[in-house]
Amino acid sequence: MHQSMKSFWAGVGAEFPLLVGVFPFGLIYGALALKSGLSAAAAQMMSAIVFAGSSQFVTAQLVHEAAPGLVIVLTIAVVNLRHMLYSASVAPYLKNLSMRWKTLLAYLLTDEAYAAAIIHYEEEELTPTSHWFFLGAGFSLWFTWQVSTALGIFLGAAIPESWPLDFALPLTFIAMVVPVLKDRPVIAAALSAGLVALLAFSLPYKLGLILAALIGITVGVLLEGRKSPQETP
Amino acid sequence: MNIWLVMLLGGMITFGMRLSFIYLLGRFEVPETMRRALRFVPPAVLSAIVFPEVLMPSGKLDISLDNHRFLAGVIAVLVAWRTKNTLLTILAGMAALLFLQLLF
Repeated sequence: MHQSMKSFWAGVGAEFPLLVGVFPFGLIYGALALKSGLSAAAAQMMSAIVFAGSSQFVTAQLVHEAAPGLVIVLTIAVVNLRHMLYSASVAPYLKNLSMRWKTLLAYLLTDEAYAAAIIHYEEEELTPTSHWFFLGAGFSLWFTWQVSTALGIFLGAAIPESWPLDFALPLTFIAMVVPVLKDRPVIAAALSAGLVALLAFSLPYKLGLILAALIGITVGVLLEGRKSPQETP
Repeated sequence: MNIWLVMLLGGMITFGMRLSFIYLLGRFEVPETMRRALRFVPPAVLSAIVFPEVLMPSGKLDISLDNHRFLAGVIAVLVAWRTKNTLLTILAGMAALLFLQLLF
């Protein structure tokens, strides 16, 4: 087998355990996006155009709440900010690639593809086919995300209207937040964001959400900054 | 704004952030404050969505036993905390809500 193909399949193999975890997420996203009022076409295309799980869940929720478009776009930007960090982290390994490769790998740079690729880059020496490993990891995740979204849309259509399925989105968010509440700054960030969201609920255009998120993030950063060294976990 | 336009803009911003440093390598570094702020983004944004959904389902603050979404949310938090399992959390919260709606 050609070396580049070997690298590609090694990337798929490294990504596989992550695919198992992502698949049910895609299913849930597909089903919930439909129940939030998105058309099947929009729900599916979002998985290709935005291609970032948590921001897609948030978008579905905001569409359900009839939030204005600009607020949704802003929220997507805030939720996906972390991708700049991934971009900075893999950039040195991609610097000799063509613009076409850089563009393709940037499109595929999700949480899960980053996790597999960065481990590979840090453990193995950079070889002429390393980018094929990244492509294998990224593309297999992309493919899994599209297929699981489609299946979720298909299954979601079968769920009776009377079920309070809109509640599954906040539940998904609870499942995402609770495990990261490990230290005081994070807990304070979550609580203050939640409280501000309650107080600012009546602000127009769902601006309360953006305000609450920004205050939560600020509280977290400030508390962490104040922390003395011996308190560091 | 049309949902397709929202998706297109959101997608372009996301792609732009993914490409940013790969494209600009060496010319800029991630500012330290932003690096530190990032880990607070998910808990802050998601809590800002969850709190009103669970505590004011009818648009007004309701922390009483009549608020089924509040009770189901508390159960979901407990399950998430104990199991760290997404699917189990969703199932437990949904089951709790359906059960409460059926009973009361």
